[in-house]
Amino acid sequence: MKILGYIFSFLVFPGFLFSSIMGLLVGWVDRKVTARVQWRVGPPWYQNFVDVVKLLLYKETLIPAGVSAGTFFLMPVLAASSASLVSTIMLMVNAFPKSGFIGDVIVVVYLMIMPSLALMLGGFASANAYASLGASREMKLMLSYELPFILSLVVPIMKSGFAVKFGTIISHQHASGLTIASASGVISFFVMLLCVQAKAGFIPFDMAEAETEIISGPFIEYSGKALGIFKLAKAILTFIIPIFMITLYFGGINFKGWGFITSVLEYVLILVLMILIKNTNPRVRIDQAVRFFWGPLTAFSIIAVVLAYWGF
Amino acid sequence: MGLKEKILTKSLYVFHLSSGSCNNCDIEILDCLTPRYDLERFGIILVGSIKHADVLLCTGSTNRQTIPRIKKLYEQMPKPGFVVAFGACGASRGLFKDSYNTGAPLDEIIPVDAYIPGCPPKPEAVIAALVKLIDKVNAKKKG
Repeated sequence: MKILGYIFSFLVFPGFLFSSIMGLLVGWVDRKVTARVQWRVGPPWYQNFVDVVKLLLYKETLIPAGVSAGTFFLMPVLAASSASLVSTIMLMVNAFPKSGFIGDVIVVVYLMIMPSLALMLGGFASANAYASLGASREMKLMLSYELPFILSLVVPIMKSGFAVKFGTIISHQHASGLTIASASGVISFFVMLLCVQAKAGFIPFDMAEAETEIISGPFIEYSGKALGIFKLAKAILTFIIPIFMITLYFGGINFKGWGFITSVLEYVLILVLMILIKNTNPRVRIDQAVRFFWGPLTAFSIIAVVLAYWGF
Repeated sequence: MGLKEKILTKSLYVFHLSSGSCNNCDIEILDCLTPRYDLERFGIILVGSIKHADVLLCTGSTNRQTIPRIKKLYEQMPKPGFVVAFGACGASRGLFKDSYNTGAPLDEIIPVDAYIPGCPPKPEAVIAALVKLIDKVNAKKKG
């Protein structure tokens, strides 16, 4: 029975189905806020559902000539399953802080790399020059943002007495103040905000799938169901990233009473901040991105780690 | 109106193909996405890859160089997909009808579902053609 419970929580709630629905709603918030910033009306709330249902049910799925179909079709599934595993772990840990295990932070960090990795392998498997170019950009981007991302992740871990466990990080923040309420916390929060911008593939760092430049990069040969599953994976990742940051910096999601409203406000704040960064910046080149992440952001995150070590 | 038709017509991804156009029609296509008309309200977005597209929007006078490419792109579009001829040139080669390098009008190369007349068509004409396309998709279901 326990196995059935795990399968249910992975596939339905709070895993794949629930986080897909939430992710598509978050994707609508993204499109709507983008439209309002550009003084447009924007699509209705069900737009992303219609798009994904259309791709999954009604469109033809084409297999390009010369691809290895196994890798090509495995990659969207891999991306979606690892993204929904991240979301299962994050939501379970937020609801029941004791349900985690030692090292779940590291597991989540690895699982969050998987969608990018799947995108890369899918791009290389597509037998298309633009897809290969996009995949190689994705690889360089991943190498550049992971360093400041991990360094800024060290700060909440150090703040909670070197506990590599979400449950302990949450309970420690409830006991002795939020991570964001310290100097090192603020610095590492903003470093991580820019890193997850690249992780979610949002605009200043969307050179891997630049639509106007390399026509969607790794996605170029994907159609129908495969594209729909990739879209779902991306939606789930976009949904879970603000929750990941709330867990680390704002003491987790509070499910009781007024605390829930505060948590939702924090979620919306982080999400809208990401969308506004997306809408007010042009796409940077890949060399600029590498210089940005390995230069100032790594320096800032090292400063944050040193401050956290000194107890600020 | 079945569910399939409803979903197909609520989310049209448009691939923009210029087959030797003078760039006026292409500017009008972008006009439809600007704040004044905002076709994203109806779920219409421009996509970069033909493999994502539902609508092949073809501008220009279909010259001899582009005819094989148009056929290739039509074959690569995942079905169900629709073809829209944009502008006087797309509909009938316009004033390049007797030119030495325009081979055939678009609807003799691939099946066309809707025409948008005008040189260039106004965004209002584009929206009117969209309504015609949606009606046609629904009529196909009945017929």
